[in-house]
Amino acid sequence: MVANVKDKAVIVGIGNTKFSKESGVSELSLAVQAVKAAIDDAGLKPSDIDGMATFTMDTNDEIEVARALGVGELTFYGRSHYGGGAATSCLHQATMAVATGMAETVVVYRALNGRSGHRFSGGVAGDITTADAIHWGWYMPYGLLTPASWVAMFTERWMHNTGVTKDALFEVAHSTRVYGANNPAAFFYGRSFDRAEYDAARTIASPLQLFDCCQESDGGSAVIVTTPERARDLKQPGVSVRGVAQCAADNQEQMTSFYREEFAGIPEMERAAENVYAMSGLTVDDIDAAVIYDAFSPIVLWQLEAWGFCGNGESGDFVLDGALRTDGRLPTNTHGGQLSEAYIHGVNGIVEATRLVRGTSVNQPAKDVNHALVTSGVGIPTGGAILGKMN
Amino acid sequence: MTANELNAFEDEINAFVGREVCPPTPAKDDVNTAMIRQWTEIIGDTNPAYTNEAWAAKSTRGKSIAPPAMMYVWGQEGFAVTTGRPADAQADLVSLFNKHGYTGVLGTNVKQEYFKEVSPNDNVVMEMVIDNISERKTTGRGPGYFFETLSTFTNQHGEKIGTQRFKVLKFIPQEQPAAPAAEDTLQVPTRIASPRGHDNKWWWDACDAGKVLIQRCKSCQTLRHPPRPMCGECQSMEWDSIESTLDGEVLSHTELHHPKIPGYQYPLVCAVIRLGEGTNIVSNVVGCDPSAVHIGMQVKGKVEQVDEKTMLPQFYPASSGIRS
Repeated sequence: MVANVKDKAVIVGIGNTKFSKESGVSELSLAVQAVKAAIDDAGLKPSDIDGMATFTMDTNDEIEVARALGVGELTFYGRSHYGGGAATSCLHQATMAVATGMAETVVVYRALNGRSGHRFSGGVAGDITTADAIHWGWYMPYGLLTPASWVAMFTERWMHNTGVTKDALFEVAHSTRVYGANNPAAFFYGRSFDRAEYDAARTIASPLQLFDCCQESDGGSAVIVTTPERARDLKQPGVSVRGVAQCAADNQEQMTSFYREEFAGIPEMERAAENVYAMSGLTVDDIDAAVIYDAFSPIVLWQLEAWGFCGNGESGDFVLDGALRTDGRLPTNTHGGQLSEAYIHGVNGIVEATRLVRGTSVNQPAKDVNHALVTSGVGIPTGGAILGKMN
Repeated sequence: MTANELNAFEDEINAFVGREVCPPTPAKDDVNTAMIRQWTEIIGDTNPAYTNEAWAAKSTRGKSIAPPAMMYVWGQEGFAVTTGRPADAQADLVSLFNKHGYTGVLGTNVKQEYFKEVSPNDNVVMEMVIDNISERKTTGRGPGYFFETLSTFTNQHGEKIGTQRFKVLKFIPQEQPAAPAAEDTLQVPTRIASPRGHDNKWWWDACDAGKVLIQRCKSCQTLRHPPRPMCGECQSMEWDSIESTLDGEVLSHTELHHPKIPGYQYPLVCAVIRLGEGTNIVSNVVGCDPSAVHIGMQVKGKVEQVDEKTMLPQFYPASSGIRS
């Protein structure tokens, strides 16, 4: 059963810092810059914020962000777990807080020095005996300890099962970078990219090559969520949360759910999609554009299937028909995605999905975008949301 | 490194024993008073038998001699060492060690024996062979091997004047940077170990003893891996375990290229393997070219020591006939 919070929370402000490979500032500095940008975008004051939602992985305590910004009193603060799986989970938290009245205006933020500080590609390690550390212990001794390696294991089997080839992975990697090349905020801005460069790049963990992988980034992103009543008085057109859900499925591990009868799938996202559609009363046909979590190119394909844009095993053909391009069925990751804008753990994706509904993406499709999908990372407990124009 | 890889490496290094590093080679300069004077000044040796011609002329020898310890000096290359010299067996052996991570080098001892003296205007002829290589040793500097060269010195008449044994430790440095490096050849001591707590220590302890166990619910007999404190089927907390035969099938695999993590040997293949007992396990596939690993491949596992500290199941192609 899923509680219905349809249209009870509205995104009214978005903000990003500059994305870089070496910010030269603290993660806290990035967090408050991103939150301040979102507050300004909304036309609010810091003291209007009374709730915060971020990742368990974020190093910036809510009270530090609040003190640095001069927010004052907080009546809600909640954290979401599981890496990039937390992206729309933070929106889920903020929506629940606003819908229930636990807070009126909640900021979702994520800020990290993901390149100059702790790098995910460095892998996991640890000598503490939490259940989480023990979980990684089944993989570390064998050398399976980076995100690329875990995703590679799923990808190899999924390609084997479906017959989808590197052509489809390239289409995701390429269509996304075409958007990024046109986005001044993106790492890939102004760059060219073709199949020869894709094929020639080094293998990270077979079958994934360099351009199947996202950018390790320094930066921060924030979005502000408030009530529809409050939203009507603010500067920007409101972008309503039509539906939002999170899900951890049966026999779930964090990136390593290798023990299911058939492990090349993302049942947790299928379930989240079902719940978001049920909550919003919308169907896949209502979705005009998307920001699909793209830490790695193949995971976009799996999510297209989970959200029903095509049948299981058909996502290769779907993207090869040009669906993700600006004139396609589902313009996707129009900011350049995490593959080529920056990897801010998916929160820059919520920012872009909001822009798509506002009509302000740097790569805004020609068609009306009434509804945009935004998703969290997969291979982990995950989720997604459908955003739409506030009524 | 698996036991098989270690054996192959040791066969390769042991093939160097007895090989000539340099054939009998006359020194470029004869024994001479100028080099003797400089050497004894630096050493601080004032023995008149070496440098006082007048004194030496009246001694029982009737002439000066070179300090016996200078035996190795006469055959030194001189300036040529700075401009590179052709590879020899010792250089090849050193680079073989380096390639396998034994990058540390420590000269541990020199032993000289003297049989006959030389004087100015004699010529010293040196030859060198790789005399012996030790077993793999665990040392304070890291695991490694001692190898010893034997140099034999003769005079211009072919009379043996002395020998020198020079022993070197080539080792894997124990203190390596923790950060992953881009170098393809980087090697460090050990793999990242699993932390051990209440719920998994018994499994790793059994692995250390050479066994792969599978947890079994005592109440409903359901097998489960990785181990957990409670049965998800019947919620029983009572469990025992069975030993896997390590017969398996590859469900998926990936070859890890980048980053190279210190402590791991590459090429490195990880796989999800369905064991004959029905549970899945993640492990490495070894004993074949990485490109030969495929979904559906039948494999056979064996618990092996993969480095100084780590015992792990490693899976080989079943067709290789290996036995666990």
